[in-house]
Amino acid sequence: MSPLIIKTFTAASCIGRGLEQTLGALIEERSGLEPCRFETVILDTHVGEVAGVDTQPLPPELGRFDCRNNRLAELALRLDGFDEAVAKAASRWGSRRVGVFMGTSTSGILQTELAYRRRDPVSGELPPDFDYGATHNSFSVADYVRRRFRLDGPAAAVSCACASSAKVFATAQRMLGSDLIDAAVIGGVDSLCLTTLYGFHSLQLCSPAPCRPFDTARDGISIGEAAAFALLERLSDEAASDDVLLLGVGESNDAYHMSAPHPEGHGARRAMQLALSDAHLEPGDIDYINLHGTGTPSNDRAESQAVTSVFGATTPCSSTKGATGHTLGAAGALEAVIAALALRHGLMPAGVNTANVDPTLTANYLKAKRVGPIARVQSNSFGFGGSNCSLILGRAG
Amino acid sequence: MILEAFIQGVGVLGPGLSGWPDAAAVLTGTRHYAPEPTVLPTPSLLQSTERRRTGRVVRLSLAIASEAVAQAGIASQHLRSVFSSSGGDGHNCHEICQSLAADPREISPTRFSNSVHNASAGYWSIATGATLASTVLCAFDASFCAGLLEAVTQVSVDREPVLLVAYDTEYPDPLHAKRPVPDAFGIAMVLTPGCDERSSARVEVALDDGPADTLHDSRLEALRRAIPAARSLPLMRQLALREQGRVILEYLDVCHLAVGVAPCR
Repeated sequence: MSPLIIKTFTAASCIGRGLEQTLGALIEERSGLEPCRFETVILDTHVGEVAGVDTQPLPPELGRFDCRNNRLAELALRLDGFDEAVAKAASRWGSRRVGVFMGTSTSGILQTELAYRRRDPVSGELPPDFDYGATHNSFSVADYVRRRFRLDGPAAAVSCACASSAKVFATAQRMLGSDLIDAAVIGGVDSLCLTTLYGFHSLQLCSPAPCRPFDTARDGISIGEAAAFALLERLSDEAASDDVLLLGVGESNDAYHMSAPHPEGHGARRAMQLALSDAHLEPGDIDYINLHGTGTPSNDRAESQAVTSVFGATTPCSSTKGATGHTLGAAGALEAVIAALALRHGLMPAGVNTANVDPTLTANYLKAKRVGPIARVQSNSFGFGGSNCSLILGRAG
Repeated sequence: MILEAFIQGVGVLGPGLSGWPDAAAVLTGTRHYAPEPTVLPTPSLLQSTERRRTGRVVRLSLAIASEAVAQAGIASQHLRSVFSSSGGDGHNCHEICQSLAADPREISPTRFSNSVHNASAGYWSIATGATLASTVLCAFDASFCAGLLEAVTQVSVDREPVLLVAYDTEYPDPLHAKRPVPDAFGIAMVLTPGCDERSSARVEVALDDGPADTLHDSRLEALRRAIPAARSLPLMRQLALREQGRVILEYLDVCHLAVGVAPCR
């Protein structure tokens, strides 16, 4: 692919609102995971909850979109001048030439979960104030973003479980490549809900402790929530040296199991290799890998094998999910933002919470951060249904 | 860049429409349209244990995908896929929400695995060994055009053949009252970058202000309006006529898709 420029980016997760707080937490090797106190949930687990989501107002004209997921989106859109950058792009290119592609796995399903508690005792009907299309539906957050900025270009939600918001980079790349649009507002938004908390619990995939990716004692994920956004455009001559570029994307499918990875990480390996060939790079060109690294025994084992088979055992890598939790459909975009911060500030984030790296996992896992110039980062996202996506980001100069 | 693709196979299932030859006969007026509840076949692709775990949305999507791929004569393993649906498995979603509103809150692991929007794409890839890229989209009522645009950009930009599967099924009550999709409808197409003896038509896709085309037959028009994937029907009719023409498909508010159709033979 031809490199694309990430003009502006931002994120909100449990480690921070916006780039400054997020970078600060990464430098301090701080985790945002806390014992779960979300809603009425009683589960022995930790979560990465973003503070203040419930009090974030939406613009009054978009009131029907009101739900936790869109409040989290709104909260993040206001950070780091992202909303101004989108408005500027819309006025520069025209609203028709800006696309919106958002990754989410559960969108605003919490709204439906809550509405099911308020069913009419006689008829069983859902309450009149419940709006399925504007809240629960997977498209809701993409529709919210396009209406928020009055954008009329192509729009869709990508919903491939935990690979969703990595894959929006691929969709945007094709839309820009086919000249349908001049800019793409992309991102991922997933918020805490009962379906994922109780669902992952039913699969016995949630750790009672803050998750410890790649640790000998790792015993599952910690669910987090996040909104992360990027504005993607074609590369012009104006790129500054600390601008961040999207260099390559690789997508594959395990074709193996609905909720377990291929044991040797075949699909993951293929996605990483395809991203490298898309970027015209060799494995040795990658300075740091931000792993999917969920913290389940089987996921980390499969990913470590895949990474080692492509890169050998020396390329530094870590998972930032010990800090942020697994933000599911938002993970790809959140970790792309972390990769962009890593490039801009010369920081390889530590795998926080991990005390003893599992000696059977041969990838070069970083327990402590490393500081120094980084030119290119690869970021992995894998999901249920065997969906795999790997991104490569690099510095412009 | 001109966004073009060649159609090499089509699969259809819907109310009173069982397969592409049958749907083509209805759309060209050769056969009278009599809406009846959609009949979904047992997914023979899946092993019996998986078959028991899957609902109507998987049965629908696998059936239409199989029909399209069989016509195309391309092995599933060599096809990328784009799945697009306005809602996923409504019955499974209802059961989960009901369980979460009860005490104790318990979801079965299978229900949770099947709740992901990409469940159909996952089962398809497992059943056929398709390891190439698979993208799963939702754009509410605009889901068909979102899928078509994604598939055609993959064909045009990446020069790879793509299986497009657009499908919707109903929610049970009480969600049905809020999202009244009446029945199951799905359309699948194999789109390729080059023309060969199996290609039936060349399509060229562009964004357009509209207005979107409607169908003269009132019952087919009612179907087009009722189920998001049926917004494909004007295109399907043009393909069935085997005549050159141009249709405008309903996508987003003021952003529709113009599709030029030229038969290959």
